[in-house]
Amino acid sequence: MKRYSAFAIAREAIRFHSGWERAWRNPEPKKRYDVIIVGAGGHGLATAYYLGRNFGITNVVVIEKSWLGGGNTGRNTTIIRSNYLQDPSAAIYEKARSLYENLSQELNYNVMFSPRGVMMLAQTYHEIRGYQRTAHANALQGVTTEFIDPQKVKELCPIINLTGPRYPVLGALWQPRGGTARHDAVAWGYARACSDMGMDIIQQCEVKAVRQKHGKVVGVDTTKGAIDCDKLGLVVAGHSGVLADMAGFRLPVESVALQALVSEPIKPCMDVVVMANTVHGYMSQSDKGEMVIGGGADGYNNYTQRGSFHHVEETVRALVETFPMISRLKMLRCWGGIVDMTGDRSPILSKTPLENCFINCGWGTGGFKAIPGSGWGMAELMAKGQSPLTEEFGIQRFKDGKFIDESVAAGVAH
Amino acid sequence: MLIFECPYCGVHAEETEFSPGGEAHLKRFGPGSDDTDFERYLFMRENPKGVHFERWRHVNGCGKWFNAARCTMTLEVFGTYGAQTFEPPQDLKDKITAKRPGWSWRDFS
Repeated sequence: MKRYSAFAIAREAIRFHSGWERAWRNPEPKKRYDVIIVGAGGHGLATAYYLGRNFGITNVVVIEKSWLGGGNTGRNTTIIRSNYLQDPSAAIYEKARSLYENLSQELNYNVMFSPRGVMMLAQTYHEIRGYQRTAHANALQGVTTEFIDPQKVKELCPIINLTGPRYPVLGALWQPRGGTARHDAVAWGYARACSDMGMDIIQQCEVKAVRQKHGKVVGVDTTKGAIDCDKLGLVVAGHSGVLADMAGFRLPVESVALQALVSEPIKPCMDVVVMANTVHGYMSQSDKGEMVIGGGADGYNNYTQRGSFHHVEETVRALVETFPMISRLKMLRCWGGIVDMTGDRSPILSKTPLENCFINCGWGTGGFKAIPGSGWGMAELMAKGQSPLTEEFGIQRFKDGKFIDESVAAGVAH
Repeated sequence: MLIFECPYCGVHAEETEFSPGGEAHLKRFGPGSDDTDFERYLFMRENPKGVHFERWRHVNGCGKWFNAARCTMTLEVFGTYGAQTFEPPQDLKDKITAKRPGWSWRDFS
């Protein structure tokens, strides 16, 4: 792989850009691999990458039924933060956030990580208490957050309206090292690094069945033929239930649509990420100048990658109240992704009833920010059978009642 | 946009008049049940890609709970029926079979 650098740009400029090579190979699948990862989204590719980087396992294939990074990795609002209440969540999300800091250098691919700061507004007295508690918990977990007063909120984000009639801004939980990154670049960067290590990424290849023998996984049947493996990782977000069904077990997840939208591009007006969980809306400004807006998930099972219009309307209504200056903005695009929600709104990174089959799912509305940490933990889990990052996220916790209850702790908008 | 007919008051309305209430026909377990039954009742859901049965409430109308049959791949609503039943009515099942041959959902199809 030729490295990207300022020198490379200069070199290609003088030879009419004829020397750029493809970022990753497009091979045909081999008959057998040590590890098969199903799902070439951010989490799947990161899992493959850290299997190679940390454990030297490079006989790996990543199978994708569509194109890589085309699911939720390309559909989220790119927010990165780690201000969670529960210790296991803070650990894995903070691992991810800290890996994001050097990800561009490590992958030699600009993921445009921008630690511009994330602010979660407290708009009720209940929320003030909740976020102060989170700030104290974060201090103990080593995550830098701070509860700030409305004046500081206004300083950091001048376009905000503090005295909305229904939901005044009473303070905010501020994480200065949170921010955003270019979501596609995260998938592309990991894909390029995986391909460079000799791993195969097979796109347009759908898994049709999971083959097993004596309670152990032995391979998968795909639209490009059968592939054998020692270990199988299912990292398919919204379709986790479908894959689990093929592997012969059930998951405590439900798939629902989560929507986002962007406005027409405008001049820079907001250099932080603002989340308002009481009114269900969050917004940041992309480098292109678009306001990137997300809200709450729809309330019913859905596999169609489009949601209900009234959820978009509710999100925009709430944000117009908080940011009156966006009321005349035209919205350019609106899209949906299928997220897999667990009962406690925390992910599942776990062994499964099928031996040598592992699952990474249930990230629900908050998967993008976790990609490097999730891949790190999942790779360790698959290579060694256990990982300190994932041990609390086992599938068994729903039976044992050991929930990692972020559904009330972190608010619903991840 | 989903359009339902409330089986109680007969109103045809789009989904903002209703509120989703999750999977229908759950088998409920109470105190004294074992962990597996509780897990299944509280967390395990069918989550099918295709025909699904779920509870909805006519929240901005008569206020009553009812059940609906819907396709999660196309968002087509097959029909609605009253909540006081353990299974969808036969005519609704036949209608679904005509449109989605070979469907199954938990114990009935």
